[in-house]
Amino acid sequence: MDDMTSLTFLAALVGAAWRLATPLIFASIGEVFSERAGVLNIGLEGTMLVGAFCGFAAASATGNIPLGLSAGVAGGMLFGLVFAFFTITIKADQIVVGAALNLLGMGLTAFLFRTYYVSTGKGIEIAQPVHIPWLSDLPFLGEAFFRQNLIVYSTILVAIVATLVLYRTSFGLTLRAVGEHPKAVDVAGRSVVGYRYAAVLVGTGLAGLGGAFLTLGHSNQFVEGITSGRGFIALAVVVFARWSPIGAFFVSLLFGLFYALQLMLQAQASIVVPYQVLQALPYIMTIVTLVAFRGKGAAPSKLGQPYEMR
Amino acid sequence: MAEINQGVRETVNSQAAQAFYRTLSQAAISALTPIAAVLVALAFGALLLWLNGFNGSDVVTVMVFGSFQDIRSVGEILLKATPLILIGAGLCVAFRCSIWNIGAEGQLYVGAIAATLVGTSIDGLSVWVHAPLVMLAGALAGAAWAGIAGYLKVRFQASEIVTTIMLNYIALILTSYLVTGPMRDASAAYPQSARLVREAWTPRLVTDLRLHIGILVAVVLAVALYIFLRRSSRGFALRVVGLNPHAARYAGMNVARNIMIAMCISGAMAGLAGAFEVAGVTRRLYQNISPGYGFEGIAVALLAGNNPLAAILSGGLFATLRSGSEVLQITSQVPQVLVLVIQGIVILSVVAFAKLRDILRTVA
Repeated sequence: MDDMTSLTFLAALVGAAWRLATPLIFASIGEVFSERAGVLNIGLEGTMLVGAFCGFAAASATGNIPLGLSAGVAGGMLFGLVFAFFTITIKADQIVVGAALNLLGMGLTAFLFRTYYVSTGKGIEIAQPVHIPWLSDLPFLGEAFFRQNLIVYSTILVAIVATLVLYRTSFGLTLRAVGEHPKAVDVAGRSVVGYRYAAVLVGTGLAGLGGAFLTLGHSNQFVEGITSGRGFIALAVVVFARWSPIGAFFVSLLFGLFYALQLMLQAQASIVVPYQVLQALPYIMTIVTLVAFRGKGAAPSKLGQPYEMR
Repeated sequence: MAEINQGVRETVNSQAAQAFYRTLSQAAISALTPIAAVLVALAFGALLLWLNGFNGSDVVTVMVFGSFQDIRSVGEILLKATPLILIGAGLCVAFRCSIWNIGAEGQLYVGAIAATLVGTSIDGLSVWVHAPLVMLAGALAGAAWAGIAGYLKVRFQASEIVTTIMLNYIALILTSYLVTGPMRDASAAYPQSARLVREAWTPRLVTDLRLHIGILVAVVLAVALYIFLRRSSRGFALRVVGLNPHAARYAGMNVARNIMIAMCISGAMAGLAGAFEVAGVTRRLYQNISPGYGFEGIAVALLAGNNPLAAILSGGLFATLRSGSEVLQITSQVPQVLVLVIQGIVILSVVAFAKLRDILRTVA
């Protein structure tokens, strides 16, 4: 490979990394909200699947991508409402309920897909890249950063807004307090339950959006289990990112790079490693990440615990 | 004096009677909770089917009773129950210790790989040696694979939920690599390993059924794990660690060791299930050797209230539903994944009914 082609390769790699990071960015920033309020949602995988399916179904019925994305968010939040009811209102174990929602998300989406769509095999129009004038013509940078679709660009906006909301508003302050010291929030006269519901809905709405991106901005089809573990990887991203939205953005990009590397190296005939090694890369890196960047100290102190009012 | 004695005796008797009735009613409630949970899940399944244009109640009837046609179909149910009981009972131990091992699927695959290696590479052993050796290999491999997640948890506080799930994907990819690469039977069109030698096969229970002795092993091990949890001091330690690790540490228990043991027991059971799948059913290693038994085992354990003895029943129930859903797929084109929805609802209903029971208890 000469310098020119390796630079093109690199630009394509970075561009693909951002695209492949997009579902993780949405899901992990959402999960930051949820976990900051003390709610660990391991049902993220099922929630993303529901988002992916709802987005696909709505877009294939109307051909309207924004509507599809909204349907993805709505589907995610509906799932979030079930999760919140069980974990917050009736104080059931968050892990058990999350595991149930993963099964439910997998089962429901596969059932509906096989009943209504599998025989048609019809794809949908996905969001097209928007070339940013002038910038997209830059060498290297243009290909890497300025020829993405709007959903990919919006990840920056989501990361910034999430940071502002979490650290610069009274809502964010109270939300973080709910995860650290719910009793104080309760005594101050604010509703712990209300804030936790809000946090879970933000989290699952974003997870639904991340799922919808998979069918509306990436592949043009729904496939059973299309999320292939991204919901679980997002959980590890949150730990690595130390529960910060900006951190989640960059860690997701790193994982996007693993995905992109896997896809692009598989396409290279000259690579001698079995493709399965590359396939396993994101999963292996997730474990490495958890071990290398364990941040017990940064975790919200009431993570995973229901709040008992006295 | 005699009258007082009489009075005391009556009081004692009525207290004993009350205690007896209380135990009885609690036992009844404990038994009713899972039954109610299953009924709710089936009702939800029927509703879902009805909303999507299927005849809901018919479908559910087939799902529950459809696979009881003859001795052969009952044998097939028990064949499916074998991995579910093994995995479910093993997970009961892990969950009792508050170890969220979601990785049984991967542990099953690694067990299947090890069983295949032992079953294909050695020749000339007696069936009395080779068949148990294959099972042992599966169990050890499963325990080791789970042990990775256990070690990462006790040494680095890495969440076992995430690591076991990642190890699932890695085990599946490893299997795919092995059957398309080094372990591939070159003469076969489809990626699969060579056939296990006959002596390595799990002996059949009845000659003309596929059912093998694994079902007996599963039931015996489930009973053994029940006794282990209830009666042994190690089982007690595991439960204390599960309830309150701080108290366990304060009482001088080695929390890390107990976590490792719980993890390895559940992994060994899943690995053994994988060994039975290759040595008892398929005789070869494939990419998709399990239809998700490892995940279904979670529902089996939760429905059983993390009691290994009850896991025998809930494993049997889920095997029945799975067989029924296969009948359905053929007879009325109902997608078989309906089973996953029912599993999810079963777990949610168990949770909801358990809470309801707590509320009723505090009210009473």
